[in-house]
Amino acid sequence: MLAGVDMSFITYLLNGISLGSVYSIIALGYTMVYGIAKMLNFAHGDVIMVGGYIIFTIMSTLGLNPILGVLIAIILCTLLGMTIERIAYKPLRRAPSLAVLITAIGVSYLLQNLALLIFGAEAKSFTSVIPVKPLSLAGGRLSISGETLVTIPLCILIMTSLTIFIKKSKIGRGMVAVSEDKDAAVLMGINVNKTIAITFAIGSALAAVASALMFSTYTNLSSTSGAMPGIKAFVAAVFGGIGSIPGAMIGGILLGVIEILSRAYISTQLADAIVFLILIIVLLVKPTGILGKKIQEKV
Amino acid sequence: MLEVRDLQVYYGVIQAIKGVSFNVDEGEIIALIGANGAGKTTILQTITGLISPKQGEVLYNGVDLKKLPAHKIVSMGLAHVPEGRRVFSQLTVYENLLMGAYTRKDKDEIEETLQHVFKRFPRLEERRGQLAGTLSGGEQQMLAMGRALMSKPKIILMDEPSMGLSPILVEEVFDIIKSINKSGTTVLLVEQNAKKALSIANRAYVLETGNIVLEGAAESLMNNESVKKAYLGE
Repeated sequence: MLAGVDMSFITYLLNGISLGSVYSIIALGYTMVYGIAKMLNFAHGDVIMVGGYIIFTIMSTLGLNPILGVLIAIILCTLLGMTIERIAYKPLRRAPSLAVLITAIGVSYLLQNLALLIFGAEAKSFTSVIPVKPLSLAGGRLSISGETLVTIPLCILIMTSLTIFIKKSKIGRGMVAVSEDKDAAVLMGINVNKTIAITFAIGSALAAVASALMFSTYTNLSSTSGAMPGIKAFVAAVFGGIGSIPGAMIGGILLGVIEILSRAYISTQLADAIVFLILIIVLLVKPTGILGKKIQEKV
Repeated sequence: MLEVRDLQVYYGVIQAIKGVSFNVDEGEIIALIGANGAGKTTILQTITGLISPKQGEVLYNGVDLKKLPAHKIVSMGLAHVPEGRRVFSQLTVYENLLMGAYTRKDKDEIEETLQHVFKRFPRLEERRGQLAGTLSGGEQQMLAMGRALMSKPKIILMDEPSMGLSPILVEEVFDIIKSINKSGTTVLLVEQNAKKALSIANRAYVLETGNIVLEGAAESLMNNESVKKAYLGE
């Protein structure tokens, strides 16, 4: 039998993996968009917040089925992501990256303020959409929440299907081609604009899934609720090696575990500072991130 | 088949192509020769839509290619082997070849073309599962050519296929270009290696800082004094 201390450690670890899974799913949106459009979509975190409000409205205000709420959030967030790309980023395709970055920050503030306008400044309390009961183990000393029981397998499922999609499907291979060499991809007959739009659609749909998982555990929903997880997921993407899908997974999970363990054993206030400190150290040692790679060109 | 009329291309305020006109007839090998910076690559990139010209027309069997988005051009039968190979290093040889057939739908026909390409380039079949980034320069050039052939082009544009290759491989590449042409594909060849290019071409155009300064049958250009001096090192 394990000692009581170990049980709480295991609980923290699982919570960390669960939070990290959410970060991974969000980080996918950053990393895929970066890989293909070579831009940082800082409005990505706010799409999560929008997803949260959509689910909240359908579930709590209209009193409909939570799963229906999640599905509608996925659809609307997908459309939102594609609209943002079409209106705000597409006209800047050949603009300097600084212009794109500033636009992305502008879109982020726009979404936050629209949410503030529509839903008010008062934070809403999100009701969990996950109907799974907590699991009690080791004679009640280890309890795993329903959210954790759903989040971790779902994250694995998303990562696996996305990897298979990119490796095996024609669209997926087109995405790899565009991310590596846009001009060569065009010469193959690949529609680069369409490929970028699909990437935004996938990233935003995943943001909606992440919002359902995240707000089910961290129930405080306000217009800025997407910002911090967005930034942390971005850190996770950089941590793992931006542009790399397994990197997003590893970065996200590491980040979640570090955050929860620091909160538990070091300091609640300092947890975020520790997370960012570790990022700085990783980037000093390995600037391309854990799985980041340099492409070698042969002449 | 391909007609370029009064093409003018700018990079910002700098005019790279200053009113170039030439034509390629079906079945020919046409060489565009000239020094570095003469505008050879720019012309090919303008034909396949990667760069928009300020003025002029690119007519392909009477269709103005300028009016088409760049990704639609390959399915019209016009393939481009870019300078520096530009294979997808993170995809395997096989996947790179499939990318070449991206706009084609019929799986059996694609498989048939693939077998043709493997027959022409046995090395690619040996290495079909290998990542393209791990191939040697010569193999990457074969892959770039094979990838272009996967679209079953009627005309193939080749940009400096001999660049950076050893003399034996250069020989091999030019033999392949000849045989691709023999099997019915028109070739527009851009080369710094003027001697080799003229030796396989029917006609050629000499490009100097954005202008065509000489044109004619490849043989007569080879005997032209100024060409000999400037490009053949004689």
